[in-house]
Amino acid sequence: MYKIVKKEELTTNIYLMDVEADRTAKTCQPGQFVIVRTDSEGERIPLTICDYDREKGTVTIVFQCVGAATHMMAELKEGDAFQDFVGPLGCPSELVKEVPEELRKKKILFVAGGVGAAPVYPQVKWLHENGVDADVIVGSKTKDLLILEKEMEAVAGNLYITTDDGSYGRSGMVTQTLKDLVAEGKQYDVCIAIGPMIMMKFVCLLTKELGIPTVVSLNPIMVDGTGMCGACRVTVGGKVKFACVDGPEFDGHEVNFDEAMRRQTLYKTQEGRAMLKLQEGNTHHGGCGNC
Amino acid sequence: MDVLTKIPVREQDAKKRAANFEEVCLGYNQEEAQAEAIRCINCKNAQCIKGCPVAIDIPGFIANVKEGNIEEAYQIISRSSALPAVCGRVCPQETQCEGKCIRGIKGDPVSIGKLERFVADWAREQGIKPHGAAEMKGKKVAVIGSGPAGLTCAGDLAKMGYEVTIFEALHEPGGVLVYGIPEFRLPKKAVVMEEIENVKSLGVKIETNVVVGKSVTIDQLIQEEGFEAVFIGSGAGLPKFMGIPGENSNGVFSANEYLTRSNLMKAFDGNSNTPIMHSRKVAVVGGGNVAMDAARTALRLGAEVHIVYRRSEEELPARVEEVHHAKEEGIIFDLLTNPTEILADEKGWVTGMKCIRMELGEPDASGRRRPVEIPDSEFTMELDTVIMSLGTSPNPLISSTTEGLETNKWKCIVAEEANGQTSKAGVYAGGDAVTGAATVILAMGAGKAAAKGIDEYLRG
Repeated sequence: MYKIVKKEELTTNIYLMDVEADRTAKTCQPGQFVIVRTDSEGERIPLTICDYDREKGTVTIVFQCVGAATHMMAELKEGDAFQDFVGPLGCPSELVKEVPEELRKKKILFVAGGVGAAPVYPQVKWLHENGVDADVIVGSKTKDLLILEKEMEAVAGNLYITTDDGSYGRSGMVTQTLKDLVAEGKQYDVCIAIGPMIMMKFVCLLTKELGIPTVVSLNPIMVDGTGMCGACRVTVGGKVKFACVDGPEFDGHEVNFDEAMRRQTLYKTQEGRAMLKLQEGNTHHGGCGNC
Repeated sequence: MDVLTKIPVREQDAKKRAANFEEVCLGYNQEEAQAEAIRCINCKNAQCIKGCPVAIDIPGFIANVKEGNIEEAYQIISRSSALPAVCGRVCPQETQCEGKCIRGIKGDPVSIGKLERFVADWAREQGIKPHGAAEMKGKKVAVIGSGPAGLTCAGDLAKMGYEVTIFEALHEPGGVLVYGIPEFRLPKKAVVMEEIENVKSLGVKIETNVVVGKSVTIDQLIQEEGFEAVFIGSGAGLPKFMGIPGENSNGVFSANEYLTRSNLMKAFDGNSNTPIMHSRKVAVVGGGNVAMDAARTALRLGAEVHIVYRRSEEELPARVEEVHHAKEEGIIFDLLTNPTEILADEKGWVTGMKCIRMELGEPDASGRRRPVEIPDSEFTMELDTVIMSLGTSPNPLISSTTEGLETNKWKCIVAEEANGQTSKAGVYAGGDAVTGAATVILAMGAGKAAAKGIDEYLRG
């Protein structure tokens, strides 16, 4: 069992947890992910690593309640434990493989959307610890849904916050901020965009136009996370790749986002039904489409 | 009694079982087992033992069944096999022990598999455990993967007195026995978990959720965690696809994904949180045992199911028994048929599959007649699901993170057949990670050989 030593509700429906997972904490790198299970009937849920403490042997995860499985995760309290916690999975971010001296010469931009700020954070932090200051754009629907602002501020070069409704920071989508920054004369050698699939698609369309090489981190449907099932297959540069072992990071300009988004809808109705059943419990009397 | 004919085994009625996940074969009771055991003529130079990859003393255990000494029969089997209840169910006996049985020359061979199953099930019901080591050797061995190869290797090493830890990547031990083979062929709780408990009762520790190559490397296990030898039994996990257009459409699955959802994640059972597609009409592409398992699972989940295979019935790689069961249950076989494209609607959901008819030409390198396309024979099958069951290849996670571990052009780990020795000192390998996808019992044979190899290595 993997004990939850800290739980924090970052904002409505978005939670942060520090989990005791010694082996994972020892070897994980920015860009990698873990798979967790709440109980013996639980789904295997892939989550990108947000932070880690090698000494304490803990790994930090951040998740948003979107379906039955993440709802059950949110029910867990400090002192409770996950049934299963496995990782690190996937390849580390390309950045951590580079020499810090080389990185310092580069202008690096991160674009995070929503809960995507969580997987962006360890990369920015790693760069900061290696003397590289990266610019970060964090986009959120509205002020109340913004997460990790203080943490990000501490490790980013310049932090640009934008909200879709203009309730905080700049106003509009992350792509607007990126356009504005470039118009203001900013130049970037590489962009790392992590967030909802649709955001990554539009960031990539823009950075292609702007000629900025862009890396994205994909979160398709997965079962085992070790290359065994192929549920996470994505088309990158016309070739089929498994996000769990070949990724999760890919060249954003080569990813077939439309296909990836279609594949994400595969179990949508079934997830919805499971959610209804969970919320309504024994009082469940139809409405899910199965009864 | 007619000694040329075997005692038939009871099975669940085909119509009834096509709608449930309970075990198909019901097995012998003691009376039936003893009657079948009488048919064994206890050959001096027993050919059946030579046909068994783990060399069970078959006439020895059958002689005890004949006498009603089932406990002794169990101890004889468990000297050679860690998983008799599994093997009695899934071994291809017809080409191994039973294929060599002298009785088979003029009549039915002795039903060795069904007898093994009876003995193992009886022992489990009586709570009888295999005998462990008399004394410990004080040396640690790591086993990677808790499938048939790993469990066998670990069990044998534990019986020799080694301190064994198995590292399993998934959340449950068992490997292909748990994620691959369905409940109706191999019950998980009653059979697989109990046999794993038996291996643990020998002193073997199992640590789940450890992906060797990611969570920890082989070199770290040796240098930092004090393991003096390592056995790699990580299986052949990567699914193959055809590379035809439309293969990433919604509703196309690898057999691995489909079966893992149903078997490991229990999606077939309404209480599981893991979803599985409840299809209307399914094509399973391929003709092996895994294809039969996927097809029969889809059938039980309510679909009309077609096996689409490019050669003829004679070349089907699946066991005859599996094909027979599948047909009985209502699986439709579209043989000499090869898919060329998967069709989808504007939202990306599968609507059909374009296929072409095939005929058999000259034999190819495998000795089987090569299927060739019949010109102008294309047609479209209307479907909502396609399950690709084209085989698997080894996962490069371990070979790519272990210095000095040689692999061949198929990315299989190179290991000596006799003792499992790899190119790296102290590291042994066996099972599908070495051979590519094969059978449970061949993996067990390799695990056994490697346990012997490791013992010789550690004794210097």
